[in-house]
Amino acid sequence: MWAFLHKLGSPRSFYAITERWLPPLWLAAVALILVGGVWGLAFAPADYQQGNSFRIIYVHVPAAFLAQSIFVTMAVAGLVFMVWKIKLADMAAAMMAPLGAGMTFVALFSGAVWGVPTWGTWWQWDARLTSMLILLFLYIGVIALRGAFASRDGGARAASVLAMVGVINIPIIKFSVDWWYTLHQTASFSITEKPAMPASMWLPLLLMVLGFYAFFIAVTLTRTRSEILRRESSKRWVRELIEEGH
Amino acid sequence: MSKAESRTAPLPEAGEASVGLAIAWRATLHRDLMLRLRRPGEVLNPLAFFALVITLFPIGISPAASLLATIAPGLLWVAALLAALLSLDGVFRDDAEDGSLEQLLLSPQPLSVLALAKVAAHWLLTGLPLALMAPLLGVMLSLPAGSYGVLALSLALGSASLSLIGAIGAALTVGVARGGVLLSLLVLPLYIPVLVFGAGAVQAAIQGGNVAAHLAILGALLAAALIFSPFAIAAALRISLNG
Repeated sequence: MWAFLHKLGSPRSFYAITERWLPPLWLAAVALILVGGVWGLAFAPADYQQGNSFRIIYVHVPAAFLAQSIFVTMAVAGLVFMVWKIKLADMAAAMMAPLGAGMTFVALFSGAVWGVPTWGTWWQWDARLTSMLILLFLYIGVIALRGAFASRDGGARAASVLAMVGVINIPIIKFSVDWWYTLHQTASFSITEKPAMPASMWLPLLLMVLGFYAFFIAVTLTRTRSEILRRESSKRWVRELIEEGH
Repeated sequence: MSKAESRTAPLPEAGEASVGLAIAWRATLHRDLMLRLRRPGEVLNPLAFFALVITLFPIGISPAASLLATIAPGLLWVAALLAALLSLDGVFRDDAEDGSLEQLLLSPQPLSVLALAKVAAHWLLTGLPLALMAPLLGVMLSLPAGSYGVLALSLALGSASLSLIGAIGAALTVGVARGGVLLSLLVLPLYIPVLVFGAGAVQAAIQGGNVAAHLAILGALLAAALIFSPFAIAAALRISLNG
């Protein structure tokens, strides 16, 4: 187990090992999202209150899950990078940050679109919406900080520290925003209380969530592999790979 | 001078080392306070900024006292937060440019503790004056009576957390040219909990709510920031100076 992890930490063997993982991962991602999407959008029963507009849930919830998971994953990768100096962890963190920011935006945007038919407004200062918005700012901060450094190593370490500081703060922010929301607003409508869903509604949702996670892993691996080639382009094994025509 | 002595002297005992740390801490604090007080403009600028921003709101929104009174707690807190943010960039930048920050890194004392002294100096000359000035601006915004003490107290408590959290961002951006906008991008999301409970304390004082609960959470945030942020600041300073 440890020997395998150690091997995985070196860019060259990571590149070789993950080559075998990619096809099944992409296949799982595409299949799960296709099945879950078609099932959810076309075959799942309409909500008795919201009608068909509830189907946005099949994009909104998986995106929101990913938005939060990616930030935590990024912070863990930052910790691994800072403690064990594994460059690969930083490459992965750098590659997943834009995807996380994108997912946060998708969650916010789909939430806004969903808000129009259900709440009658594009934006509501709801506790969840607000903490999602703050999460988006945290992502932008991490990406901007990495880009601001002239040296790649400095930017990598600074972004790792910021991701870790951010991940400690996310629960505090969440708690304070919940508190703020209960203080300042009477809950006119809430998305926290979901009606119990029948299986035909939540099964496609589960498939979509799993599909989004598979998609995230596949994208991160693919991008990290390209990043390895870019950063190690002067190494011999990369040049040999290119000469072989891969 | 003292360094040469310590080289020839036998190894200091544990007690002596902690005495040395206390001296180094006080010396760093003293130095930072002196440096700032010798350029009083830098101390007064955040206060002037605070007053100016507060002046903009009645002009931009409405001079009606009833309206201003309802939004005054939030306005005062946001304006004070921005004023504190404005002064953050200078916490480490001057020292980084003239090389004295590198001396701090090289010193035998733990960097996190010395960085804490610099943050304390920042708070003493930014956060505390802002807190003391806020009641005056509260009068101008016709803040309801009875909440002035809570306003100053919440700002004094909260701005200490703001200085600590902000110093992490300042340390991360000290190596970046023109890092001012980036600094606010990094730090403002992390300021939100302090803002919620700080402005909440003043609101509670006006509406007769439980002020102590808000102040207690502000104190808890400060305690957490005091524990964690010195290490983050030290790590960030090492990155900025070596990276």
